[in-house]
Order: sequence, then structure tokens, then C-alpha cells
Amino acid sequence: MSVTPRYPIEIARRLRPPAPAKVAGRVVTTDAARVLLRDVTGELWVEVAAGATPPTPGVWLVAEGTFDGSALIDATCRFANVPRVPFPRPGGEWLWFQGGRLERLKKRATMVRALREHFDRCAFLEVETPAMVPSPGLDLHLDAFPIAGAEPARWLITSPEYQMKRILAGGAPRIYQICRAFRRGEVGERHEPEFTMLEWYRAFAGPDEVMRDTEHAAAHAAQAVLGGSTVIPARTAPVDLAPPWDRITVAEAFARYANIDVEALLASGPPEEAEETFFRVLALQVEPQLGRFRPVFVTDWPASMASLAQLDPRNPKVAQRFEAYVDGVELCNGFGELIDPVEQRTRLERDQAARAAKSLPVYPIDEGFLGALEEGLPPCAGNALGVDRLVMLTLGAASIEDVVAIPSRRL
Amino acid sequence: MADTTDIKKGFKMLLDGAPYSVVESQFVKPGKGQAFVRTRLKNMISGNVIERTFKSGEKIDKAECEEREMQYLYPEGDDYVFMDTQTYDQMRISGEFLGDNAYYLLDNTNVDVMLFEGRPIGITPPTFVNLEVIETEPGFKGDTSGNTTKSAKLSTGLMVQVPLFVEQGETLKIDTRTGEYVERVKG
Repeated sequence: MSVTPRYPIEIARRLRPPAPAKVAGRVVTTDAARVLLRDVTGELWVEVAAGATPPTPGVWLVAEGTFDGSALIDATCRFANVPRVPFPRPGGEWLWFQGGRLERLKKRATMVRALREHFDRCAFLEVETPAMVPSPGLDLHLDAFPIAGAEPARWLITSPEYQMKRILAGGAPRIYQICRAFRRGEVGERHEPEFTMLEWYRAFAGPDEVMRDTEHAAAHAAQAVLGGSTVIPARTAPVDLAPPWDRITVAEAFARYANIDVEALLASGPPEEAEETFFRVLALQVEPQLGRFRPVFVTDWPASMASLAQLDPRNPKVAQRFEAYVDGVELCNGFGELIDPVEQRTRLERDQAARAAKSLPVYPIDEGFLGALEEGLPPCAGNALGVDRLVMLTLGAASIEDVVAIPSRRL
Repeated sequence: MADTTDIKKGFKMLLDGAPYSVVESQFVKPGKGQAFVRTRLKNMISGNVIERTFKSGEKIDKAECEEREMQYLYPEGDDYVFMDTQTYDQMRISGEFLGDNAYYLLDNTNVDVMLFEGRPIGITPPTFVNLEVIETEPGFKGDTSGNTTKSAKLSTGLMVQVPLFVEQGETLKIDTRTGEYVERVKG
């Protein structure tokens, strides 16, 4: 008995029909003796040879037959696996991933590759640092997940900042990392309790250079999935990511979009209440208007809101902190980094006191980090960018849940 | 006591003594700043929708609302009398809380009654009800396109727009969420 050689369908599609072919995939629907198969190349109708048992939807099928230019005909079929429940299962994985999600995940992967490509090309070293750390950071408004059973105590990182700065002290002048960061209590359209962060540091550079890195990296990633275009659909209206992006100070933004003098606001009443008002105005009035049509960097944040940033030497009321906004969505947060160990310890102790005063968990001071500062960091600037948000805006997705494989709510 | 982490669509809270149901909520948090939960809330008694922003972690009062299945028995003046299908207790509900839902009450229909602190504040009728046409212009047999419509009065007094082919005496399936005609029911 002779065996006909069968071409994999992706090759058979390129041959002059008819061609003996083999295809493997999942049966999506059936129509009399024909079944629609979804495989790596897309969808294909398979006509089952007379006398054979026709497969039902959901079956993972290996079919061999003749590709006639549009369908696989006269096919013999082998059932590789059969679902144990009716297909497609309501709320099941097939329906979850097939509704465009796999396509978005492919584009996400392409964007992440493009981000790596950009930083590799600019001579940054890709690093990986621990996810479990002795201190997750002391920001007043960031809560961390403690790790049960860890001895000594460990938390999941809210950002890899402390550990990456240790690598800077160790002599690597340009480093980047793409990792997961974990923040407790943050879930919503733009928040996932675990999310993907791109963080990088550049020695002998200030905020301006790192803002330029941001513009170029984001534009390059968008181009990778938009056929070379830098115009992304965003949320309410398209935004052009082409560098350079606009710059506006916090004071200008508050004046322009909320008609509020931010210095007067922060000087009014007890600091805690004034800061709450600041964030309320920022979140509800200012942010939604930032970065429409073109991204904008918001610079010169109040000194009290940037514990790890250097103060502006020309105006010590503000810190060298910046954030980029795209169509009302905060994309990243960067600093001209504070490298003075004495000042840093004072600020961390102040942050601990502030957390204690609010009855929030008080995390330890990371002595490994402070040790690195004492040993000496090169002057540097860094940035942390939300990769999920960049993907979401680039693909015009409504929610961060649309651009991750399995959001926390689906676990 | 609940807090802002409990807020999601359908969550019922007490604000200034009135029960509100969450229509929409959004978690907002500016970079490293205080988080807020922005909400649109529907007053479950008046139906008014308001916007309210809570500080993340803020304590909120849960509204003690309870939904019970009851059977509609008969009208009495401006009130409607229902019977709890589990306890067989009878309850009178004022027509003002029913609004348009009164049009969907057929004898012995089971509805969900929303109780706030033991008092009825509204009902949810079945999603679809079948009602008879008691008044409409004569139909045009030939027109089945359904592109043009006419008014029809149904047995409970509800007025709906129906396709021209609908005849008096026919029974129609009505979507109680929209108050719109769905299809004719045979038999």
C-alpha cells in the first residue's frame, strides 16, 4: 500500500491545486458533511470522506485529504481530543480568547518585542531583579502584598526601583527591565493588581533625556503594530505619539484645566487635607484633559510628592518628577533620581511616619538600597511605564482587562 | 459597614437615609496619589441618578435591601396587593412605586419586590409578558416588512407601537425592560 505524501496546509496553500494536504486544528462549526476548522493559518472548511464519522464542534482534529484551492476535500479524520462538555462552553476559554483577544495578545507581544528592541539598540542592559523584596517602597498611596510565610519578611514589589538602583551603583550605566509589579487594592478600567512595568535608568542624564527615551520607545512600539504609523486610537480621539511630546508643569496644568493656583491650594489648611484636594482635582478635573491629540509630559511636581526624586536646583518647591499622559491616561512616572543617601534616609523615615499616622502598614527601610546610595550612584534619571496601558491605548481597547490574557477577576 | 472596595454595579448603599444602587463605578488613581471611586448612583425610591466620588477606603453604609418573590393578586384603589410566595403574607404596594411596571401586572404573575427596611420600594416584573391587544386600527395583511408601525392598546392599558399586521384580539410578547413589542404569540 502506497502512502501519499501530505503537505502541511500552510505549504499546500501555496501549491497549484489540487494538493495532498494535512491540517490540524479545532472544529468551530459543522454544516452537513463539512466542518470548519480553525488552525494556525486561519480557518478552513474540511469535507469529511463519505462513510466517516463527522466530528462535532469542539473536537481537536487532524485531517488529511486534498486541498482543492479553497477547502480540504475527501478528508480522513483523527480525533485528537474531544471536549467533555458542550462546546463552546459558556464563559469558557474558547469564547474568552477567540473574541479578538488572541489577536490583541499577538499585537501585545509584538509591542513588547519592539520596546526591548528599542532599549537594546540604545545600549541598555536588560536586567531582572527579585519580585520578593524586604521593602516594597514607602509611598503613602501604594499598598503592597505581603508574602505569607516569608522569613525574613518579604513583600511583592510595587516597582523594581530599589534593586535597579543597586545595579546602577554596581556599574551598569544604562539598564532596563520589563517585569510584573503588584499593587494592592488597585483594580479598575486602568488598573490591575498585577501589571507589566517597563522601568529604565540612564546614568549621566536628567529628566529631559529620559523623556526623550519615553517618546521614542512608545512611538516605536506603536509603529510595530500600526504599519509604521504613530497615530493611535487611544480612548476618546486619536493621539499622535510622534516625538517630541508636549511639556506642561503641574502648576500650569492646574491653572489651565481647573483654574486653580496649585501653590495656594497646597498652602491652604493642613497638608493632609490640602493634598487630598490636590489629588481630587487632579483625578477628576485635570487628568481627563491631559494628552488629548498629543501626549504631554507633566513636570515639576510638588516636592512632597516625590520621595525618590531630586529637587529642582532652581526651585526647591518642586521635584524633578514627570508623568506622561495620553488621552487622560497616565502612562509613566519618572524622576531625576535623588542620589544623596542622607537626604534619602530622612525622606524614607518621614514616609514611614506618614504611613504610621494613617494606620497603614509601615514597611521597613531597604538598607540594601540605602547602602547602594552610600556607595555612590552616578547622577541619573529613570522612568517606569505601564506596558498594559500603552498596549491598551495603542489598540484602542476600553479596559486594561482587554489586553491581558487572564485578568485578576477571571482567575 | 462596607467600604469602597465593595462598590460595584448593583451594590446598594445608604446615602443621607436613602437607598442608592450603583449604576456605574470607576476606580481612579493619579500617579502615586490618593485613589478615588467615581460613581453614578440611582436613588432606588425616586429613580434620580446622581454622581458621587468617594475617597478610596472610605466607609459606606450598605442599604439593607431585600428582594422577595411575590405573586400579584388584585388592585385595591390606588394600591396593588401582592402575596409573598414563601410566607403567604400579603402586602399592599402603592401605585406610585410601581410606575410603568403596573402595566405588566397580570393576575397571579410572580414578580420580584424590592424591600428597603421592610417597606416595598419597587418591583421587577418578568422580563417578558404576554398581553392581549384590545384596541388597534385594522391590520394590512400584505405588509409584513415591519418597517412601519401603528399604536395598539393592550389589556392592561399599555400603549405600544406594533407592526401594521397586528390585529385586535391577538396576544403580543412585550419586553418589560423597554416596554416594546417583541413578537406575536400564537394561540
